[in-house]
Amino acid sequence: MLKDLFRKPKYVTVSPTAPKKDMPDGLWVKCSGCGEILYNKELTKNLKVCQKCGTHLRMTARERIEATLDDFVEYDADLSSVNTLNFPDYEDKLAKAQAATGLQEGILTGEGIINGLSLVVGVMDSYFMMGSMGAVIGEKITRAVERAIAKKLPLILFATSGGARMQEGTLALMQMAKTSAALARLSAAGLLYISVLTDPTFGGVTASFASLGDIVIAEPGALIGFAGPRVLQQTMHQELPPGAQTAKFNLEHGIIDMVVERGQMKSMLAKLMRLHQGGC
Amino acid sequence: MAQPLEFEKPLVELEAKIRELKSFAEEKELDLSDEIITLENKATSLQRSIYGNLTAWQKTQIARQPDRPNFYDYVQLLFTDFVELHGDRAFADDQAIAGGIAFFNGTPVTVVGHAKGKDTKENIRRNFAMPHPEGYRKALRLMRQADKFGRPIITFIDTQGAYSGLSAEERGQGEAIARNLIEMSMLKVPVISVVIGEGGSGGALALGVGDRLLMLEHTFYSVIAPESCAAILWRDAAKAKEAAEAMKFTAQDLLRLGICDEIVPEPLGGAQRDYAITMENLSKALQANLTDLCALDTTDLLNKRYAKIRQVGVYSG
Ligand SMILES: [Zn+2]
Repeated sequence: MLKDLFRKPKYVTVSPTAPKKDMPDGLWVKCSGCGEILYNKELTKNLKVCQKCGTHLRMTARERIEATLDDFVEYDADLSSVNTLNFPDYEDKLAKAQAATGLQEGILTGEGIINGLSLVVGVMDSYFMMGSMGAVIGEKITRAVERAIAKKLPLILFATSGGARMQEGTLALMQMAKTSAALARLSAAGLLYISVLTDPTFGGVTASFASLGDIVIAEPGALIGFAGPRVLQQTMHQELPPGAQTAKFNLEHGIIDMVVERGQMKSMLAKLMRLHQGGC
Repeated sequence: MAQPLEFEKPLVELEAKIRELKSFAEEKELDLSDEIITLENKATSLQRSIYGNLTAWQKTQIARQPDRPNFYDYVQLLFTDFVELHGDRAFADDQAIAGGIAFFNGTPVTVVGHAKGKDTKENIRRNFAMPHPEGYRKALRLMRQADKFGRPIITFIDTQGAYSGLSAEERGQGEAIARNLIEMSMLKVPVISVVIGEGGSGGALALGVGDRLLMLEHTFYSVIAPESCAAILWRDAAKAKEAAEAMKFTAQDLLRLGICDEIVPEPLGGAQRDYAITMENLSKALQANLTDLCALDTTDLLNKRYAKIRQVGVYSG
């Protein structure tokens, strides 16, 4: 392919702000699916999928980028949140999240390559304040969408979030409108957007960009919904049926296109991108 | 009239006293006009001091008062020839959202809004204006129709939020809201949204993407209900008052933050005290905004709408 000639050298940039630190910490990790104690190194090699039961454990944004992309150059690495509303303890929470994850904010965006195909990509990180969306995440996604439009590249966003960030009040809510309005322009430009929903994806993220993919994919076992399970139980005054809000539940109700195992994700994304080239 | 709120009680008591004195004077044929005028002046200044210095929590309470004008009141008092349209053509007619076509000062417009009920029975039928996905899809159907026929759209926002239940999840609540956000951003007709009571999160925003956001004076528009915010952050729903202050979600806060474009004044004491004044104020604001927006060509309209939505958010770097 012609594009391959212009391929950048393989290097994966990460925000220079803090040393890389994997979450969860330590040598051994307990599988949330089967309870098996797993050797972290092996687990990471297996893309954080339990070798014993197949449970897809949560990944950090960096782990996912390393697992999915052959090449990644980060955009907007220094955008960071400010406590616009003087919300109690917000700076503190931000500082702790930054220290724990080594990230500036709960998303990495940039340009990357998958199997020789260029794309614009964004990957959220649930270890950063539950991936809650404030102004920085909204702005980074919007800029990523605008760059995809300018460069005529496909866009893939990996979502994971508890919803909009309370500490930024209505400014956070409005990021739903902002990211969606940007995607409207991407769509009008005839460009492909694939949304990958990973565990967990809820609230304002589900109710905006994450649901707007031309193709919506979920990882096996991921919990996906608008209202969280606890809120649902409160309004319904009863236990949820088993399997509610899982990827399978969403597939069966026609809300997503497919469930793709992590080991197959990269090749599926590449195939979908190839299927969106050309036409008559 | 709805139950007076705690902070309104001194005023309500004073007003009762004035009424009592008036009927006493009438009954006994006494001239107590001096006393009455004094008390009335006192009531007016008390009213000004109460409603001129409302806290965010007090505004939250006023915005939720059940006797405030609701969607159908605005439709009836601001528009003529309203024809209600029903259903999403796919699943049901969700009565938490209502809409149709009407004339506004002679111009055909599409009107859509969250429909709170006037009593418990109506509220149950309307699910307390907490829409299911089919409600948002009905709204979208009506807005696409407006787009086709070149009618401006006016939406009324008044919900504590989208319905949280398994039925809503099964039918794609998140997708339904998201679809409205993306499509509203591209409608080729002017879209004006008015917060008339509660602006509850994504469930409110799904009718709120447009060219202008107007808010009545005593309303709020929040990312999450203050009770839920307090429960999550401080594990204490009773701290809703603190959460309400912290989230800066009143019309006045949002005007400062560049989210609200215009505050529509309410009569002293709130919209529920005088529907006629409320309607008059809103009618003027709607007409002025509509005139501005109708003067723009489509490209201009859409570029300005995108710029308005695009600029929201503060960050460093
Ligand atoms: Zn396992």
